[in-house]
Amino acid sequence: MAAESGKIDPMHQFEVTPLGGGFNLGGHEVLFTNSALWMVIAAIALGLFMWGGMRRQLVPGRWQAAVEGFTGFISNMMMANIGTEGRKYTPYVFSLFMFILFCNLLGMLPLGVLGLHPFTVTSHIAITGVLALISFAIVLVVGFWRHGLHFFSLFVPHGTPLPMIPIIAPIEFVSFMVRPFSLGLRLFVAMTAGHVLLKVLSGFVINGFNAETLWLGSIVSVLSFILMIGISALELLVAGIQAYVFALLTSLYINDAVNLH
Amino acid sequence: MPQIAQLTADNWYLASQLFWLLVVFAGIYLVIGRGMLPKIEATVDARDRKVADDLAAAKAAHAAADNLEESYRQQSDASRAAAQKAVAAAKDKAAKDAEKRLAKVDAELSEKLAAAEAGVAAARKSAMAEIESVAADAAGDLVAKLSGVKVAAADAKAAVKAVLHG
Repeated sequence: MAAESGKIDPMHQFEVTPLGGGFNLGGHEVLFTNSALWMVIAAIALGLFMWGGMRRQLVPGRWQAAVEGFTGFISNMMMANIGTEGRKYTPYVFSLFMFILFCNLLGMLPLGVLGLHPFTVTSHIAITGVLALISFAIVLVVGFWRHGLHFFSLFVPHGTPLPMIPIIAPIEFVSFMVRPFSLGLRLFVAMTAGHVLLKVLSGFVINGFNAETLWLGSIVSVLSFILMIGISALELLVAGIQAYVFALLTSLYINDAVNLH
Repeated sequence: MPQIAQLTADNWYLASQLFWLLVVFAGIYLVIGRGMLPKIEATVDARDRKVADDLAAAKAAHAAADNLEESYRQQSDASRAAAQKAVAAAKDKAAKDAEKRLAKVDAELSEKLAAAEAGVAAARKSAMAEIESVAADAAGDLVAKLSGVKVAAADAKAAVKAVLHG
């Protein structure tokens, strides 16, 4: 985190470092990195969380109720946005939501205090972009599978006056094609910005106490620290909201593919 | 910015990122999305169904209890009406019996009264006849004592009769 001579590089936290275990896959060297480690940690944590909700009791305990709260949240969202057919896509959207949520939250863990280096998987556009592309691919496959070429009617909203179609259709097409980028970019930017902000503020805290005029530096440090607490709380909120937005938009896009307009 | 740097073609870790993302996410999708989620949803669905069934059963039981109460009330109403009818009939019969007996007693009494009246009338008649003869004897005796004339019994009788009957 802290480089030499008190300089703090807020981007250092996003660096991927190899942890070993490399092999060759189609000409590319694949290594087990800290990014992969945190994905695996998120997967294991998610698995443990879900496993605790598998007791299948008629009257749920706390843990089971918590897990059922999450599953019910996504099921209801799919039901509300797509209808009964949405149940087919619930496993995907649920996996997406929980994976993003756990990655977001695990990246917020204050493990730096212990000297460890938490890595926010979702702060990488390569990750969020691929997840967005998977969602977009599902939309395309389902749309063309179910509606064939009729799927293109998506670009002509219902009730568009005939002379407006040449103008509306390109706009709709562009907005459709932009979806995977906006979807992936939104999560990546929110996570990156939040973590950079936190890191910059923590740099203020450290440099303030190290300042030559200690009284002034202390004021800066204390104020920065108070701000950090607030922003950490905000980031926890953002972690949940961004996961929700990603899942919600995915469900809306799938609805377009399933029901057209 | 490491996030953007990896998108350049010669970056060493883009392949690792994508590989591990696909492995981990596929694992989550298969194990959690396809394996665990349906079971949890099935549990929730089963619970919802059970709650709905129990509610329906409770509703049905409630309706049955209402019906039972209604039929019980009808039955008790009917039996009360029957009891009232029986009481009324018994009262009616008793009243009629009493009337009949009263009439009979009445008739007997009036018969006895008539007989008694007839007896009285006969006694009076015979008493009247006796008075006549006694009065004739007494009148004959009186005349004989006062005037020494012997009056024939038949004359005395006739005179007495004339006096008594005007």
